[in-house]
Amino acid sequence: MAFLKRHQVLERSPTLLFVFSLLTVSVGGIVEIAPLFYLENTIEEVEGVRPYSPLELAGRDIYVREGCYVCHSQMIRPMRDEVERYGHYSLAAESMYDHPHQWGSKRTGPDLARVGGRYSDAWHVDHLMDPQSVVPESIMPKYAFLADTVIDGEHIEDLVKTHRFVGVPYTDEMVEAAAADFRVQADPDGDWDGLLERYPGAVVSNFDGQPELTEMDAMIAYLQMLGTLVDFSTFTPDANR
Amino acid sequence: MADKQDIDDVTGTDTTGHEWDGIKELNNPLPRWWLWTFYGTVVWGLAYTIAYPAWPLINSATAGLLGYSSRAEVAQQIAEVDEQNAELTAMLASADLTTLDPDDPAHRFGVAGGASVFLANCSQCHGSGAAGVQAAGYPNLLDDAWLWGGTLEEIEYTVRHGIRNETDPDARWSEMPAFGDIFSEEEIGQTVEYVLSLSGQDHDAAMAEQGMVLFQEQCTACHGDSGEGIREVGAPALNDAIWLYGGDRETLIETVTYSRFGVMPAWGQRLDEDEIKAVTLYLHQLGGGE
Repeated sequence: MAFLKRHQVLERSPTLLFVFSLLTVSVGGIVEIAPLFYLENTIEEVEGVRPYSPLELAGRDIYVREGCYVCHSQMIRPMRDEVERYGHYSLAAESMYDHPHQWGSKRTGPDLARVGGRYSDAWHVDHLMDPQSVVPESIMPKYAFLADTVIDGEHIEDLVKTHRFVGVPYTDEMVEAAAADFRVQADPDGDWDGLLERYPGAVVSNFDGQPELTEMDAMIAYLQMLGTLVDFSTFTPDANR
Repeated sequence: MADKQDIDDVTGTDTTGHEWDGIKELNNPLPRWWLWTFYGTVVWGLAYTIAYPAWPLINSATAGLLGYSSRAEVAQQIAEVDEQNAELTAMLASADLTTLDPDDPAHRFGVAGGASVFLANCSQCHGSGAAGVQAAGYPNLLDDAWLWGGTLEEIEYTVRHGIRNETDPDARWSEMPAFGDIFSEEEIGQTVEYVLSLSGQDHDAAMAEQGMVLFQEQCTACHGDSGEGIREVGAPALNDAIWLYGGDRETLIETVTYSRFGVMPAWGQRLDEDEIKAVTLYLHQLGGGE
């Protein structure tokens, strides 16, 4: 057992102690995290999931900027009460293009994983402007300034490129059309055929009802698509996942 | 350092051999109950990884002897409750609501279940007590004023298909023109004075007289000859004190100029058949049902 007594060598050299501590700790990480990247039953490809459209992506940035995730999760857990209230439990694939993901279970407000299409655009405007005007018992703060903040999509191409850099499969065509797609999604009178071809199921609407394109438009475009991409009438869950 | 025992002189106890500036660490044995509990948890942990999904292999992880899966568990929990309610939900889903006796178990089940469906899905717009949001475009469901009809069939249709949404081709549909593009500002003012007169509010009689002509030309097709409203097109009555967006002069000018376009989602695409029937029964018995 003389070998086991050699630990004094490590304990007396801060550098060695640091290096070996790091190695020891990383074993835990490798065993717990690395298999998730190659095990077949942790990766599920689901039909319908697509990258966010430029306007949705901009809305998502605002969602993260305003810290919406502090009160709202986007993860319906596989439990009966949650499925009954919010809809089908979330699939990992539904947030495969999220950087960062919005999972969680702490809910000061309700889960938003399937809020898309549940309420009208006008309700979202009323609710974000003054939540208590439609839900008197709500404690959510007001986000009326979103409707006053005009956005021009100046950096939208860079934003799409950044997401492509971290692995979201945006094509060259999507990047080129990013600025145009960004504007046309909030303009029902525009030519949005290309947008719908690139981003099937995207909702085109003047979300905030104002002529200008504002952060409110982007935010509601994002909220109205949450959880709508997978058609659960044709999806059969694999029980092994 | 040495393998031989190093007994501490004062206590007579074995030491670990560690020494810092002359201070040695005693090597007292761990309490036996603690040690055996520790070994027990190790065995428990190993057994757990065999019973439940755990060890990563090349393509998959071990499934565990108990065959546990969170997805299978939730499917089973839902199936259990569905089975308990199977008889009632089947009765409700196939029931003809118009002839369903209020004392029928399916009716009672529907009203109770409908209240839950309403709170989870409808209360955000119509309020948790179904009183709507006054003057904000979210109708009160407790009163006798109905835009599209308050019978069981009409309520069920509205719940199922929604209003002015893009997702259901059978959604109820109508669209008021924005008269800002049709009328001059003066004409809008005159029409609004006439509308104010319909509900007996203070108004400018001379302007209202002009407005009456405009109203007869442009508004009666949907709102009726005397502003009583027409349900086939969801046009509200203008001759009562109930207002969807507000009945004061300023709001009426806004409504006439820009029009209104209230949207309700099609809940037939989200709720089950029995849930639609349940929430219909719940709404109908709130007070305004016809």
